[in-house]
Parts: sequence; structure tokens; C-alpha cells
Amino acid sequence: MEQNTKKRLQAAACKVRMGVIEGTYNAKSGHPGGSLSIADTLTYLYFNKMNVDPKSPDSADRDRLVLSKGHTAPALYAVLAQKGYFPEEELRSLRHIGAMLQGHPCIHIPGVDMSSGSLGQGISAACGMALAGKLDGKSYKVYAVLGDGEIEEGQVWEAAMFAAHKGLTNLVAIVDNNGLQIDGPISEVCSPEPITDKFAAFGWHVITMDAHDFDDIDRAFSEADSVKDKPVVIVQKSVKGKGVSFMENQVGWHGTAPNKEQYDQAMAELTAQLKGLED
Amino acid sequence: MADVIKKATRESYGEALRDLAEEYPQLVVLDADLAAATKTGIFKKAYPDRFFDCGIAEANMMGVAAGLAACGKIPFASTFAMFAAGRAYEIVRNSIGYPHLNVKIGATHAGISVGEDGATHQCNEDIALMRTIPGMTVINPCDDVEARAAVKAALDFNGPVYMRFGRLAVPVINDPATYKFELGKGVTMRDGSDLTIVATGLMVNEAVQAAETLAAEGISARVVNIHTIKPLDKELIVKCAKETGVIVTAEEHSVIGGLGSAVAEAVTEGCPVPVVKVGVNDEFGHSGPAVDLLKEFGLSAENIAAKAKEALKLKK
Repeated sequence: MEQNTKKRLQAAACKVRMGVIEGTYNAKSGHPGGSLSIADTLTYLYFNKMNVDPKSPDSADRDRLVLSKGHTAPALYAVLAQKGYFPEEELRSLRHIGAMLQGHPCIHIPGVDMSSGSLGQGISAACGMALAGKLDGKSYKVYAVLGDGEIEEGQVWEAAMFAAHKGLTNLVAIVDNNGLQIDGPISEVCSPEPITDKFAAFGWHVITMDAHDFDDIDRAFSEADSVKDKPVVIVQKSVKGKGVSFMENQVGWHGTAPNKEQYDQAMAELTAQLKGLED
Repeated sequence: MADVIKKATRESYGEALRDLAEEYPQLVVLDADLAAATKTGIFKKAYPDRFFDCGIAEANMMGVAAGLAACGKIPFASTFAMFAAGRAYEIVRNSIGYPHLNVKIGATHAGISVGEDGATHQCNEDIALMRTIPGMTVINPCDDVEARAAVKAALDFNGPVYMRFGRLAVPVINDPATYKFELGKGVTMRDGSDLTIVATGLMVNEAVQAAETLAAEGISARVVNIHTIKPLDKELIVKCAKETGVIVTAEEHSVIGGLGSAVAEAVTEGCPVPVVKVGVNDEFGHSGPAVDLLKEFGLSAENIAAKAKEALKLKK
């Protein structure tokens, strides 16, 4: 990846992280940890990969993304706002009564392709979208973003079976393997590992990726494009809470909002990171 | 008496999908390994490229239907009522109901008349479950003619629709030449002044027969067919309450949460009169021939007539 592109994406991702902190702080609730672990991938997809246009969010030919791990909506909203789907001020009213931005993604929000949040369901909807694309002879791709805890849901494997059997080669699933879920490490709760072997056994092309290295992200999605005979899953090794020192790899930051002191510290860290990228 | 033609509404469902496919190019059909039973196999034979078997995975099927609808298709997700409304309830609620997607759910083998398969497959709770989902339309047709018309009406309506069909062949009581289906509008099958029997599904025919029995005893019973349980024709129900003073409901469904409850809700708000419910009481079914089970569980003209006489005593 070109250095300029990489810097641009790193800066955009940093702003997304600031949006996550801004949103959850003002909401006094929400899920910063998993939002921060998926921030780079969502930034890459919307700013460097997907065929989308905020001016025509309902275009029939657009690429689609279903945030199956819907609780990380703050990251998606921050990306969509930065992309121009709606004003960035909306992030500050996340989860507020009467606000547009619901606690979990809602299809009626500009840029959101599917309501999600009840885990395990988004990947099925993504399968339906991919199937519709095949039926209509369209060339769009459908991306489904799942959590590693989420794939404990049985419906995910119903969908995995379906996608491979129906030849949904226009579907790319991303599993955010940050290793932590609400009750603790996934290895201690009810381990879904080995994730790559499971998807391979279900007939998917499996790619692994470092979720916080844009060169590697670019490599993984380029490889995904080259696969023509199977649905693709990218299992991304990520750090929950990535970018905010005290949130990194802490299970407690799954579903806790920062208080004022924590907000100030997080924003200071992210501001310094952004300054470093812009210098 | 002339020979009565009998047909299962699941058969009408499969045939209607096939017959409407050409007119509606966006129509696609999903099933969960039950195409031979739900009769979507009829569609599959005619339009194999528009039929998708999801295997025994109803949760995923409902989600796939949601995704197809989000891209402009009109998917008919088909399986037994037990699995459509029961097993997949939360997917129907969150992936179809909440985004208000244009998915049609074809739920066959509803109610006790599933017969020999027994309690695990006899879904008497689906109307209750589906009607609590905001924006969900719930249709329970009474015969072949109404079932076909319901499929067409669902296609012409933009939004999620739950359609309930039966396994058992039931008498065709409507005339296809004159029948008109209007979503959300009840049909007065027979006029009467002493009481109103409000029925749905295969109980409509039983209600008509009960009214004949009652007429022979000098009791004038009105019969109203409610094919659309949601949105309910409250205006008609309240009118019946005002004009006849007492209502008996009849459904092949639990007395908790179904047509009887919906009617009672409307009546208590609009014109409180006694509502006596005929349906499956708070119990599971069991194996047996459908016709015998219907009798045993009181889903018969005889029981409706008996309940009607009891109801009349409650009338003020």
C-alpha cells in the first residue's frame, strides 16, 4: 500500500476511534472495546474498498455491509459520519431518546444496510443479499462483520453451510478475533476455536489478517477479491480496545462507557496519535 | 347434499405461488427441507431457479429472506408453523419485523389438525406470537379460494406478512367466481341477530354449520370470517358486539393470545359484551387422526353451538 494512502487511512481510523469514544461517553453506555478492534477494518472498507456513495445510499449496485456484531455500531456510525452519510454531530446523541442513532444498527439510518444486533443474525441477511446479487447478475460484494464470541451462535453455522452450498462467492465474512467476550476470554467461556479450521470445513476460503496493519488488511482483501469459487472469511487478529491504552485487551471495556476522566485521557491519546500521523 | 370439494390450504399455497410467479418476477421461494409437505415443491418444479432449499435451518432461512427482501426480492419463506413462528421467532422479529422488510412467511401445518405427528408439531401458539410483532400482518385463510387470494394480497402488500395454512383437506366454502379478498376486512358469511360467531381458518366452516344447527333451534347466529387477524377489522367486530350483544370466537389455536384474545381486546375497548372462546385450551395436543383430534379438542360445529347457547345466558 502506498504510504500516503496508509497515512490517510490511519488518520481516518483514528478519527473513527475518537467518534467511538465521543459517542459512548455521551451515551453513558455502549460498547467501546469491540468498536475499537474493528475500527481499522471498517475504515479500510468504506474509504478504500467498497463501492458506496453517500449521495445515493440506496443504489442497487452498491456494495453492502452487515455489521452482524451490531453492538459495535459506534464504529460503523463514526465511519458513516466521516464518509458523509450524516453529520458528525449525530454521534454525540448516540443512544439518546429521540436520536437517529440507535444503540444497535437500524436499516433506516442512512448508510446502514441492515438492522442487526441480536447476534448471529446478520450473516444470514448478508447471505440473502449475496444471493439476490447472484440472481440479478450484479457484481456487488456483501461484507458481514462478526465477532469471535458471536460465532458461538448456531445460526452462524447454518449460514456458513448455506453460503458455501449456494456458491455465494460475492460474500466476504470478517471475524473480529479479539479473543474477548462479555463473560471473559472466548477460550474460557465456550471456545469457538479453531475458527479458521471450522470455516474451512464448512467450505469457505479462509484468510487471516492483522486487523491493525493496513498493509496486511489490503493484502487480505486483495486476496479475497481473487477467490472466485468460494465464500471468503477473513479471520482478523485484533486487539479489543485498540488505540486507547487503558482499554486494550481489557474484557471490562466490552460494554462500559468511559467516564469524564477516562474520556479526557482517551481523547488525549487519540489526539496525539492523530497529530503524529498528520505531522 | 352435493359433494363437497375438499382441499388443504397448503396445497393452495403451493399452487398460488406457481400461478403468480410469472406476474411477479421478484417472487422467490425458500423452504427448509419440507417442500413436499409445504407444497412449495409445486413451485420448485415450475421455477427451479427461483426456489432455494435452505435445509433444516429455519433461523438462517428467515435471515436469508430478510437479506433478499432488502435487495428488492419478494421471498416466501416456507416451513411448518411450529418452526416459522416458534423456532425462528426471534429472527422473524429482529431481522424481518424490526426493519419492516417485505418478507412473506408461508407457515403450513398449523394447529392441532397436523394429526398423527403429535404435540411437537402441532403449533397452537403462532397467531399469538406473530401478532405481537409490530407491523406484522397475520392471515389465516379458511379454504382454498381464500388461501389463493391471500397469497396474491400478500404479494401486493409491501411489508412482512405471516400466512397460516393447514395440512388437512378442508371444504371449499367460497365461490371463486365471486370471492373478493380485502386485507384487514372481515367477511360476514351469514347474518343473525342473537349472537355473533367470529371464526378463522378451518373453524369458519364449522361456525357456519353451527349457525345452521342453532337456526333449527330458533337461535339466530351471525357468522363472521376473520381471515386477517392483524390488522383486525375492529369496526366490524364492535358493530357485531353492538348489534348482537354477545360473541363466540372459534379458532384452531390456543385460546390464549389468538383470535379470541384479539376480538376480546377490540370488544373491551369498543363495546364490552361477553366473549366466549372456542379453541385449544391451555394444553398440548397429541397424536391421532386430525378429524378425531378436532372433535376431541372441541374444534367442531357441535361445540361451537353448545358454547353459543352458554354464551346467550351471559347476554344482558
